[in-house]
Amino acid sequence: MAMSDFNLPLSGSWGVRISGISKKYGETQALSNISFHVNKGELFGLIGPDGAGKTTLFRILTTLLLADKGIASVNGLDVVKQYREIRNIAGYMPGKFSLYQDLSVQENLDFFANVFNTSIEENYDLIRDIYIQIEPFKNRKAGKLSGGMKQKLALCCALIHKPLVLFLDEPTTGVDPVSRKEFWEILKRLKQENISILVSTPYMDEATLCDRIALIQSGKILSIATPEQIIKEYPQKLFAIRTENNYHLLKQLRKDPQVNSVYIFGEYLHVTFKDDVPNIEAKEITPSVEDCFIQLME
Amino acid sequence: MKQFGSFIKKEFLHIFRDIRTMMMLLAMPVIQLIIFGFAIRTEITNTPFAVFDESKSTSSRLITERMNGSRYFDLKENLNSFVKIEEYFRKGKIKLALVIPQNFSDDLYRTGTGNLQLLADASDPNEASTITSYAQQILMQHQQSLMKTNKIPYVIRTEIKMLYNPQLQSAYNFVPGIMGLILMLICAMVTSISIVREKEQGTMEILLVSPVKPVFIVLSKAVPYLLIAFLDVILILLISNNILHVPIAGNIFLILFLSTLFILSALSLGMLISSVTKTQQAAMMMSGAGLMLPTMLLSGLIFPVENMPILLQIISNLIPAKWFIIAIKDVMIKGLEFTAIWRELSILLGMTVFLLTVSIKQFKNRL
Repeated sequence: MAMSDFNLPLSGSWGVRISGISKKYGETQALSNISFHVNKGELFGLIGPDGAGKTTLFRILTTLLLADKGIASVNGLDVVKQYREIRNIAGYMPGKFSLYQDLSVQENLDFFANVFNTSIEENYDLIRDIYIQIEPFKNRKAGKLSGGMKQKLALCCALIHKPLVLFLDEPTTGVDPVSRKEFWEILKRLKQENISILVSTPYMDEATLCDRIALIQSGKILSIATPEQIIKEYPQKLFAIRTENNYHLLKQLRKDPQVNSVYIFGEYLHVTFKDDVPNIEAKEITPSVEDCFIQLME
Repeated sequence: MKQFGSFIKKEFLHIFRDIRTMMMLLAMPVIQLIIFGFAIRTEITNTPFAVFDESKSTSSRLITERMNGSRYFDLKENLNSFVKIEEYFRKGKIKLALVIPQNFSDDLYRTGTGNLQLLADASDPNEASTITSYAQQILMQHQQSLMKTNKIPYVIRTEIKMLYNPQLQSAYNFVPGIMGLILMLICAMVTSISIVREKEQGTMEILLVSPVKPVFIVLSKAVPYLLIAFLDVILILLISNNILHVPIAGNIFLILFLSTLFILSALSLGMLISSVTKTQQAAMMMSGAGLMLPTMLLSGLIFPVENMPILLQIISNLIPAKWFIIAIKDVMIKGLEFTAIWRELSILLGMTVFLLTVSIKQFKNRL
């Protein structure tokens, strides 16, 4: 699946094109042979745990790092040769909150608007929905905002110049569930503005909100597809079991040669069997992206 | 230009909102100057001394009184044995002892030569030689007053005139030194820290992914500190002129021009440090240990460069503050013209151009 991307031309109607990107830090292989593309106006999720290489990939695409191997383009522009042009059209929100904590909300916005040679008024319609939510705090120092508010401000700053491609590195990490939900609704609306969005997250439940996702682990892509497709491709029947003592049951099931895999998933144990076990009486469930991830990791 | 302006505005907001930076930029120069001005003096006054007077004559009493009467000495005790003198030295009660032998007065008037002994505590050799020379001067004065009455024909009198600093005020020496030190501190240390802070906080990451040229990010950092350092120069000049009474003999515009050139060289050093360090702590260490210490020790501010081993003398030539201090002394204290300091000026200019070029070359367009 990933290999077919090799043959696509670099320029064209893609928001992001990555082909055979590899990056090493000393002895650690951060990324190995990553290839995928993000369509224009697509919300593409990069799903993987900490240390999977998500941030490294973002930095290569935002022209902050050079890859050891492979080529990549953003909106048809080469990340190495045309890095100046990319810096005009890309919006980037790093994983760590990176605004000026000692400046107020308003001052941060004004500053970044000026940096991009624009003004808040000029692109107000794009950020209005988000800005309205943080406006009551516009004189508060950015460092004194709550986690959710900080992320909304950071998104505002990343959008202030109406970017064509938006890179969001774990925008919802450390944000409360309500703000996370709001954040994803904002992203959906941005998609309608024909902005290509590459977003990374360690939360599997957010994966289903993307148009397509790539599961990434230890610098390697495990699978790329729509969330539905990834779930459909789950190879076994998945059962959820719950008893009073889940841990005891887990130990017992691990000993059973019939059992393919078993792990604790919230209040339940998720179990797959090697062969179709006849006469089983357990609740069969649809796997979540997280189940798919665990299965692909093995 | 609008970008550049908003960068500068932002930088001023950072400065005004951080009380520590404000203190470092504006209060510290004043405090340092005042401490150096009032607390640290190379002149030693009121040295406690003792007399072991075996002569007990009019002339021995006159000498003792003359010593005690000067502002350099303070008679602590009349002692009666060398054992006692040693005891007083050991306890640190006195720094100097004057021994007048039994036949001092007789010898002086009969043979024309009287022998005295000065004992000094040389555990601090500089202090000991200073106070013995004070004592010798007082004894000389006494001798001269005797000559007037007794008329001995051939006398060589030396008249010493201290040029530019007739009262040997130490402020004349340290005001230029402090200027060099403070400007180096503000420009190099504070600038490098403020640039590296952007790296540490991650804001540099966002700024790099923007149309702003990375070089501008760094240059815009230098402007506010250039202005503040210039303000400090004026502050230092005002305080030293009005409170410490150091005259400004030379052209004020030449002094300001010289200071600006030095500020620029220090700013370029700060930028260079910021481009090779990743954390605020590392930048602080590097500008602290790597810049402040050599500036203090090798610029001639504390120790005269002429007495240093050749190797250190050569190294001292690499320190911008040394050239600045030489030139500013020439202009400020001696009142010399541009022609007298063109060598120092061109060395500073060369250093600035070199450092600026290297630091701009060093600056990375990526992380």
